[in-house]
Amino acid sequence: MLLDIKNLAVTFGSGHDPFRAVSGVDLQVAPGEIVGIVGESGSGKSVTMLAAMGLIDAPGRVTADQLTFAGRDLLSMKSREKRAIIGAEISMIFQDAQSSLNPAYTVGDQLLETLAEHQNLKGAAARARALELLEQVEIPGARSRLSAYPHQLSGGMSQRVMIAMAIACNPKLLIADEPTTALDVTVQAQIMELLVSLQRSRDMALILITHDLAVVAEVAHRVAVMYAGEIVETAPVPQVFATPRHPYTQALLASIPEHSKGASRLNTLPGVVPGRYDRPSGCLLVPRCPYAEDACSRAHPELVLVGDAQARCIKPLDDEGKPRA
Amino acid sequence: MIQFLLKRIGVVIPTFLGITVLAFALIHMIPGDPVLVMLGERNIDPVYYREAMHRMGLDLPLWQQYVNYLGRLLHGDLGTSLISQTPVLEEFRALFPATLELSLAAMVFAVVFGLAAGIMAAVKRGTVVDHTVMGAALTGYSMPIFWWGLILIMLVSVHLGWTPVSGRLDIEYDIAPVTGLMLIDTLISGEPGAFASALEHLILPAIVLGTIPLAVIARMTRSAMLEVLREDYIRTARAKGLSRSRVILKHALRNALMPVVTVIGLQVGTMLAGAVLTETIFSWPGIGKWLIDAIGRRDYPVVQGGILLVASMIILVNLLVDLLYGVINPRIRHAR
Repeated sequence: MLLDIKNLAVTFGSGHDPFRAVSGVDLQVAPGEIVGIVGESGSGKSVTMLAAMGLIDAPGRVTADQLTFAGRDLLSMKSREKRAIIGAEISMIFQDAQSSLNPAYTVGDQLLETLAEHQNLKGAAARARALELLEQVEIPGARSRLSAYPHQLSGGMSQRVMIAMAIACNPKLLIADEPTTALDVTVQAQIMELLVSLQRSRDMALILITHDLAVVAEVAHRVAVMYAGEIVETAPVPQVFATPRHPYTQALLASIPEHSKGASRLNTLPGVVPGRYDRPSGCLLVPRCPYAEDACSRAHPELVLVGDAQARCIKPLDDEGKPRA
Repeated sequence: MIQFLLKRIGVVIPTFLGITVLAFALIHMIPGDPVLVMLGERNIDPVYYREAMHRMGLDLPLWQQYVNYLGRLLHGDLGTSLISQTPVLEEFRALFPATLELSLAAMVFAVVFGLAAGIMAAVKRGTVVDHTVMGAALTGYSMPIFWWGLILIMLVSVHLGWTPVSGRLDIEYDIAPVTGLMLIDTLISGEPGAFASALEHLILPAIVLGTIPLAVIARMTRSAMLEVLREDYIRTARAKGLSRSRVILKHALRNALMPVVTVIGLQVGTMLAGAVLTETIFSWPGIGKWLIDAIGRRDYPVVQGGILLVASMIILVNLLVDLLYGVINPRIRHAR
């Protein structure tokens, strides 16, 4: 396994009433694999990945039974060692690329900084490499872009620069946190295409955080569905769309607009993700689940194996999409 | 950048004209007139009075006086001191280096410690460090300069005997002014001990004058840093695997510097006002003390010329700050 996370929890706040933003997350990513992480806003997708990167600040606390990258333990590692991995072997791009670039420095400066930090590459060689990277992410007029400031770039262009920075040190794993959400639809497709082609040509693993199920269906090998800070289902991609095992996954799929063709209203899942103070005691989906029964409120369900998939449900759905008897 | 520069300089000209109007109006708003002051205000021969008024051009209509005044200004003539009979500009030139030295030292003190304190408070937000720094800054900001100066003199100079009480240099040294900045002149002179003496004299007044700017800079740095540290690009910098100090000093500070530089520029004005008090307390022979003495002696040309020169200094500094924005923030440089 390239990335192996077991029982990850992220807690914010302290004292007698801490808030668990993420809990019990298990996630494995194999080399060269594309894993999609989907879920509503606030479901803990980004927090999970920021925790893996070590970017959660105090008072946030990260605990896990295991958090290893390529066999190395990220949890017990000294920060200096960890910094050598972050940005080089694991890198990350974010939702709003334009605000993710430092407005005070040129594109070139920011690219060269990564090269200097991790590969000790400086001077003309570094500049040549930076130019090469910009060309790899298909930025037109790459040479002139080196001296451009972020405010002179479009959103799509900024994301390309972010990607160039992320792949600068040939990472084994790229985490893309809703990389296309802030972009125009046509640009979205280009950026996704670029990410997938880079993933293929470099054989790097890609974790794609998104709430766009269509994108997951197109590119991901496997998907993890998150709800209220937990993974509720993980499954290989073709299957998950045909036979979702968790009622939440089923509801997410039903809410894709294409599935409501001809209907007067779109399918929605009523209610909202439970917050800090209204968490149900048993299964977290109980207030919104069409199949909920008394047993669901009694105990918090564990992930159970259903064929190729794992679902956090005491009565996982069958192939017809009905709860098992 | 050239366009940005020209635009900024273009704004300076009307500001300067406005100040000449104020400085000119000032002398006409003060009760009495310079001739009365010069002649002693009692038992004046009316004929001689009219003659003096005419000689000084004070019998002309106001606008004409202003135009004449402006004309003299453009020729670099700021008038002559009524008391010493030396041209105002000459006196200013002789005294300004002392104030410049004091202000520079105070500013260096304020910027170095203010930035450091502000960054520390922001990074250690909510901790004892933060509360201590911000408490100290508030205290420093609230302290009257004259009181703080006297306390420091009593404690450091009188009680502990660490520094001299007043002046710029021990009387045993006789240093020829080259730059007018005592620290540099004493170094050039090569006289042993002179530099140390100049430094000893400078430290206390610089601390007193720099205290309020330090507090303001520390508070502004803290709040600007806190804002910047939440930005997405800070997360990016950390995701690159950069060290904490690099993230803070390179990525955050550069962006937090904008409001801080504004405040530093504004503090130059506060500082020149503070210099008046500080120089008086420490008998520092600079323009602050010069202006206070001139007001006491009703030396109008000195007051008028002094205000004009000090105001010009402030305009100049603000122009520099504006230009510095462009250096710090590329978006301003490129904006039209």
